[in-house]
Amino acid sequence: MRFIFKTDYNQDLRLLKHSGYWWSYGVLAAFLILAPFGLDNYLVSQLVFVFIYALVGVSLTILTGFTGQVSLGHAAFLAIGAYTAGFLQSLGVPFIIYFPAAAIVTGLVGMLVAIPALRLSGIYLVIATIAFAFIIEEVAARWEAVTHGNEGMRVRTLDVFGGNGVTLPRDEPGFYFLCLGILVLMVILALNLARSPTGRAFMAIRDSETAAKSMGVNLALYKVKSFTISAAITGMAGVLFAHKLSFISPEMFTLLLSLEFIMVIIIGGIIGLHGAVLGAIFIVMIDPFLTLLKDDVPGLVSSIALLFGAAQETAASIGAAVGNVGSAPGMKGALYGLIIIFFIIFEPYGLYGRWLKVKLYFQLFPLYKKATFKRQKTYVKSERNR
Amino acid sequence: MSLFQVDNISLHFGGLRAVDDVSFAVEKGEVFTIIGPNGAGKTSIFNLISRLYNPTAGTLTFEGQDITKLPPHEIATLGIARTFQNIELFENASVLANLLVGRHCHTTTNVLTELLFLPSVRKAELAHRRAVEQVIEFLGLQKYRDMLIAGLPYGVRKVCEVARALCTEPKLLLLDEPSSGLNVEETSDMAFWITDIKKELGITVLMVEHDMTLVNRVSDRVLALNYGKVLAGGTPAQVQSHPDVIAAYLGG
Amino acid sequence: MLDFIQQLVNGIALGCVYGLIALGFVLIYKATEVVNFAQGELLMLGGFFAFTFITFMGLNYWIGFLLAVICMALLGSTIERVVVRPILGYPQFSIVMATIGLGFFARSVAGMIWGTDDLKIDTPFSRSVTENVVRIGSLVIADDKISIIVATVLLCIVLYLFFSRTRMGIAMQATSQNMLAAYYMGIPVKRVFSLIWAISAAVACFAGILLAPSTLIHTNVGFIGLKAFPAAVLGGFGSIPGALVGGIIIGVIEQLAGFYLPQGFKDVAAYIVLLLVLWFKPDGLFGMKMRKKV
Repeated sequence: MRFIFKTDYNQDLRLLKHSGYWWSYGVLAAFLILAPFGLDNYLVSQLVFVFIYALVGVSLTILTGFTGQVSLGHAAFLAIGAYTAGFLQSLGVPFIIYFPAAAIVTGLVGMLVAIPALRLSGIYLVIATIAFAFIIEEVAARWEAVTHGNEGMRVRTLDVFGGNGVTLPRDEPGFYFLCLGILVLMVILALNLARSPTGRAFMAIRDSETAAKSMGVNLALYKVKSFTISAAITGMAGVLFAHKLSFISPEMFTLLLSLEFIMVIIIGGIIGLHGAVLGAIFIVMIDPFLTLLKDDVPGLVSSIALLFGAAQETAASIGAAVGNVGSAPGMKGALYGLIIIFFIIFEPYGLYGRWLKVKLYFQLFPLYKKATFKRQKTYVKSERNR
Repeated sequence: MSLFQVDNISLHFGGLRAVDDVSFAVEKGEVFTIIGPNGAGKTSIFNLISRLYNPTAGTLTFEGQDITKLPPHEIATLGIARTFQNIELFENASVLANLLVGRHCHTTTNVLTELLFLPSVRKAELAHRRAVEQVIEFLGLQKYRDMLIAGLPYGVRKVCEVARALCTEPKLLLLDEPSSGLNVEETSDMAFWITDIKKELGITVLMVEHDMTLVNRVSDRVLALNYGKVLAGGTPAQVQSHPDVIAAYLGG
Repeated sequence: MLDFIQQLVNGIALGCVYGLIALGFVLIYKATEVVNFAQGELLMLGGFFAFTFITFMGLNYWIGFLLAVICMALLGSTIERVVVRPILGYPQFSIVMATIGLGFFARSVAGMIWGTDDLKIDTPFSRSVTENVVRIGSLVIADDKISIIVATVLLCIVLYLFFSRTRMGIAMQATSQNMLAAYYMGIPVKRVFSLIWAISAAVACFAGILLAPSTLIHTNVGFIGLKAFPAAVLGGFGSIPGALVGGIIIGVIEQLAGFYLPQGFKDVAAYIVLLLVLWFKPDGLFGMKMRKKV
């Protein structure tokens, strides 16, 4: 186990606490920089989606993980960012302007949503954000002058300065690095927030609103701040999302997408920003995994069956059965459902929580107690009176 | 003029008079204790002072300023800090982070500079840290500094509550039953700390307490309440020998 | 004026279905503090079960109805045992997500079993193909609308009697007031929870079968559950009559918005009303204000 000898308060403010971090993040950085040149196009494209989902994951970690406010309407913020970008681009505005503009517009909408949300907590807030998302979806479908309604809207290639020839097509490394850069920047900003008074005020609101009030935290102001920051980051993700898909239409921004975003932080783990990234990897990679299940696994299973001495036909039918399961309609939904339930029952702190436990196990070996992370059962924990 | 003054304050929940026309004044530099049976309205008075409840009638004056209409989060900035009877710490954060929240009312930085963590933010953070470390030193919380509240024993949490309140650098400290749930030894520590808070830090203390030994040890003046009304006020000895108080406690 | 009354009646019928779903939410929430986002999917499953018994197996409508309700009640208590009980006491957010996951799962599995086509149940109310409406003057009311309103009223009377007159009903009320105290008083809290889920699933099944003639049965019918949220919130989320009244209000508003306002408002009317209510009266129209004690 590593013991850090602290001699200076600055040490607690560092983002990279010790040399081990430099090593692990260095390796990760090297991989991410080399990836677009080494991996095949499909995987690189999936990595871009990982970055975009992770960006939303970061925004939700700020809102839900730090501040304890739940939103099931983040698809709407993504839509606002995407449509703002698409609309401004069609007016001939360059990326360098409409990117921040989309973030600001989305942030402002986030602020407006936060104002009625101030008086709400728990389940009422969840329902209010769902209602907000439905209304935005309907607006996107009906406001044809801006959004082209249900026909959808084409988003042209990303042009940084507008007509200067600096373009970043969605399948080239340039776009990949843009997404990566924005994600890294936002993660750093979020970490900065976490170690400063605003982040602590968020955390105070999450754990006890009464005590936060008495310590001088203006609940309304900080909830609005949290919503605004979260929405603005999601708006940025929306711009990148629109460019990556090069086409946007209202039915892309449904409740299902909001749920996928929430799944990102549930699966990744709500206790830290690592969770946002891990969860994004998990969610984005479900699709390739299902394809694998459809294409390769049946063959593999039947050949294994053959190996164990099954007859040719039996082996083939086993393979076909596995293939059927993989390609059944709605398989993705069922899988999502099972994954959510599984994580909530068995690993409420997500993949990152699991990682921390594994790390602790090796650090304390052989003294690790199984009960270290045992949850206490509570019978009467009521959130009604919050 | 008194540091803090309560004039004819009342709090009614429908027909229930939780606090009924109560007046008292706390002088600078004293320990003022409110006693009374359960349901006498002691904690309600605290909640009125920290503005969690709106009084039905009456005024609260702190340093000559009327605070009856202020929003709850401005109370801390004025210099009134409080602890809670049933611990309200930030469970999923470390002791250090909890105490730093106590510094919130002294925040000088804004969100934009914090997002970028400019040198000015770093400087402010280091200043907050130094202030918090003094409180940690004062209450002997060094070894719990980096631990999560959720993993601490009850007695330590109680001390953390006091520490967090002290971090706001209050002029008036409200302690809501500081000894409830503590054992004899911890209660005795608490008594020393309250005396030190008064003498060394020069902070005025307004306290609600049941444990009469603690009340006698630390209080300068005592106010006895029952059914939201004032029964008696004065030195601990005077109040304890007051016939109405004896009747209220013994059910005479 | 006639148009208005016509829309009003249709709205009330629709609102009764919302009210029944909202009733399911409220029953579970009151007793266990779990907000069941899968209530709409329970309704969907109820419809599918009824289809299996009545159309597929060719049983009598009423027997099939009863069997479907019993099956759903069993399923409800199974869900409680397998999914909900292990996570009781977790933050509300986790529980909400678990029930959403459950909804996903139920929808996909239903799609795999019953396919994605629209299914139809023949009801004994449709007297003939051409004439399945009741005319009162020039007012035309479809039979299935009347069946919904009548069944809702009957179901409410039964539930009211159950909660106020039976031992188990009173035990449930006690549990919803204070779980731990109820446990100490010898009320079998776990069984109460199972039973609450069973009742709630049965009510959802009821709503699903009643809704079947007008919307048909398909895997996305459960999304109607999302419309029932505004109903439950309007009713204050803790009040059983509130849920029904809220449902009827939402149903009427939606129907009128669809008739009088431009296209597009019908789908979001319920949510706009919801946001307005939350804005001005955050605890719903019938909600109780509770305060945390410090």
